[in-house]
Amino acid sequence: MSSPGFGILSFGAYLPRARLQRQAIAAANAWFAPGLRGLAKGERSTCNWDEDSLTMAVEAARDGLVGFDRDALAQLVLASTTHPFDDRCNAGVVANALQLKSALRTLDVTGSLRAGSSALMTALAASTGFGQTLVVAADARKSKAGSVQEMHYGDGAAALLVGEGEPIARLIGAHSETVDFVHQYRMHDKAHDYAWEERWVRDEGYLKIVPRAVAALLERRAVDPATIAHFCMPGTLSRIGAAVAKRCGLPDDAVRDNLAAVCGDTGAAHPLLMLAATLEVAKPGERILLAAFGEGCDALLFEVTPAIARATGRRGVHGALANRREDGNYMRYLSFNDLVDLERGMRAEPDKPTQMTVLYRNRDMIQGLVGGKCRKCGTVQYPRQRYCVNPECNALDSQDDYAFAERNGKIMSYTADALTYSPDPPTYFGMVQFDGGGRMLMDFSEIEAGKIDVGLPVRMVFRIKDTDPMRGFVRYFWKAVPA
Amino acid sequence: MATGIKDKVVILGMGCSKFGERWDANAQDLMVEAFEEALADAGIERKQIEAAWLGTAIEEQHLGKSAVPLAMTLRLPYIPVTRVENYCATGTEALRGAVYAVASGAADIALALGVEKLKDTGYGGLPQRGRGALNDLFWPNLSAPGSFAQLAAAYRAKHGADKGDLKRAMAHISVKSHDNGARNPKAHLRNKITEDDVMRAPMIAEPLGLYDCCGVSDGSACAIVCTPDIARGLGKKDLVAVKALQVAVSNGQEVQFDQWDGSYFATTRIAAERAYREAGITRPREQVSLVDVHDCFSVTELVTMEDLQLSPEGTAIRDVLDGFYDAEGRVPCQIDGGLKCFGHPIGASGLRMVYEMYLQLQGRAGQRQLKAPTWGVTHNLGGFPSQNVAAISVIGAYGA
Repeated sequence: MSSPGFGILSFGAYLPRARLQRQAIAAANAWFAPGLRGLAKGERSTCNWDEDSLTMAVEAARDGLVGFDRDALAQLVLASTTHPFDDRCNAGVVANALQLKSALRTLDVTGSLRAGSSALMTALAASTGFGQTLVVAADARKSKAGSVQEMHYGDGAAALLVGEGEPIARLIGAHSETVDFVHQYRMHDKAHDYAWEERWVRDEGYLKIVPRAVAALLERRAVDPATIAHFCMPGTLSRIGAAVAKRCGLPDDAVRDNLAAVCGDTGAAHPLLMLAATLEVAKPGERILLAAFGEGCDALLFEVTPAIARATGRRGVHGALANRREDGNYMRYLSFNDLVDLERGMRAEPDKPTQMTVLYRNRDMIQGLVGGKCRKCGTVQYPRQRYCVNPECNALDSQDDYAFAERNGKIMSYTADALTYSPDPPTYFGMVQFDGGGRMLMDFSEIEAGKIDVGLPVRMVFRIKDTDPMRGFVRYFWKAVPA
Repeated sequence: MATGIKDKVVILGMGCSKFGERWDANAQDLMVEAFEEALADAGIERKQIEAAWLGTAIEEQHLGKSAVPLAMTLRLPYIPVTRVENYCATGTEALRGAVYAVASGAADIALALGVEKLKDTGYGGLPQRGRGALNDLFWPNLSAPGSFAQLAAAYRAKHGADKGDLKRAMAHISVKSHDNGARNPKAHLRNKITEDDVMRAPMIAEPLGLYDCCGVSDGSACAIVCTPDIARGLGKKDLVAVKALQVAVSNGQEVQFDQWDGSYFATTRIAAERAYREAGITRPREQVSLVDVHDCFSVTELVTMEDLQLSPEGTAIRDVLDGFYDAEGRVPCQIDGGLKCFGHPIGASGLRMVYEMYLQLQGRAGQRQLKAPTWGVTHNLGGFPSQNVAAISVIGAYGA
């Protein structure tokens, strides 16, 4: 058991606003796969065209860091089975977006649905004096049209801040089982998962491996299973949580909702997402058992502390679930996920190379949305140029960094541009006037037709700006979304 | 304070190609078409031209870089030739080079030619192109109509204008320009349209529909300018002079400083003030006979009427709907059909506007000739409302 002053300090969550209606998936595919009709209930979260696991990770991290000093972070761990880059520190992009200091350890964790839970376990095993670690898990798994995975999966991210302080939950113990039980897999050059028969996965996988891990953990810590208040275990098999709980001797009412009906299974993020959702309702003294299955099992046991009462002011899982847009447009979903060869027109053709030299010199401006504030006249401006923009000032090199990312603004002008190419036309963009000064002509996202006008409050989000299929690169920037 | 260029330079001859979807023509053919007319009009030989300026904006689309394409195409005899590009104000920028050369005494006769071949892209609208390595990383993914549509939202917010009134005034602007363009044989679009056509057209960038947008065309226009003495020596009478040429370029205040409200063109206002001062115009609404403005989009024309001090701020909608800018109105606007009917071959447009002023002042505008115009103003704009180049010329009878 870790020291009383060490544990989970904060949590955050993010889900894309779009919730694809499973009925729409079934309606489109039941001619071929009539079995999908039986799964056609509820909705799943799905990335907008300008979102991926990395952008979702930034959002979850921002949520988890509300009220915390970002400079106190010693380590950022990013867990996902869908990192955009195989070779480029994905956590480093997140760190730049969050404007974390460069004296930082970063780690990309991948390779298993346990990536998130294992990353959390490792962070919690750190010795005191190490400093704070932000563990972020995000996944945006693609699946074939008409597949069961398409029904079950969701996209999302969760973040947990771990370290010394006043923890809202302390780790009581943890145990891992590593078993090369391949219930599904995806090799690095494949877009989609390949899964084995569900009945075997249930009987030989979940019902044998998870109870073994849970038993090992509880026995070592001499914890009576009946004292577990919350059991969090992702899993898309029917009623698998209840079945495993029963096998482990956990109370029936400890089984927490796996969020299947409202967002789907978010892969490596899901154990952390379920933990975050549970922390939002847990009471001091309650014990939370988290089990993550995947080529073995991670089991983590937490005890909630009185500090949980102060864990407010964030979006969290419930806030993320509430910020939703029902989406019945299955063709658009197919298009966003490269599942249909849509005719995009000649305007989609231009080459979009990114010069690494330019991106590097301007990384804080672009990836961090950092502008300037003039020391002489106080003018806030973006981008930060050598001369101050105020015509009464025009001072040279007079500006300090001024971060816009956490500042909100209002729309000053806008349009819905149907001519310029967008994966999701029309393109909304316009001028944003920031509260506290500064303005930007910028892209908007998450705008619904007819729900935009001058004066609309907006916040900044980190999103995909452009993709470069020729060189295999994605570049990111910030966009304005309704606040 | 500089004395300015008023009456230092006159127009010796001008030419303008037929604008349109010139599937038959390369940029070089369009250049020759405009040049031949200008040369014949001027009554000189090409060897008398001492300096030349080429205006073309999207060189990657057709001509390539440098002034060499102009010298090669026109077989200019090893004279100084300069290529200029300044967004969609490129045409006026080319004219400014030639006019300044003559005004300075560096050349007696100079040529300005603007050309653009837009219809080789395979799609409608302007060709897409990069905006610079750093800009591409953060500029919004915008089209020209999208950027100008911003004006409508900001103008509405500032003046409390009703969405429907604004859209109707914008429609009136397009209907009026089509009425005019139908009478111009060199215009691309020569069909009349109705307010209903405009209101019901497909949306391009809210609230700009298809008929709120100017055409996309190929074209070229050319001016040969000289000193008044040279023109008189060539036996020219009723000389048309350049009274003013002013350019104002955004320095980032609109897009980065918190004062501009998005509803007008800061550059146009400043360039217009300077141009009126240079020309000696003190009451534009009463003195200006006609204007040809950069009506890339109907809303641009609307706000420009205020920026040029023709309509008091906040009253352009009323003036437009009252017919103040119609062919029979007090200050006819786009009497040649404007960008709306000529389309906007970028490098050519500014010179095409001056071409109409020149014809009108000489009484050679055919069916669309206005009665005894004295001051013509052209307004050529490039870029986006928040970041642009405004170029204004005042053209009038020499000595007036």
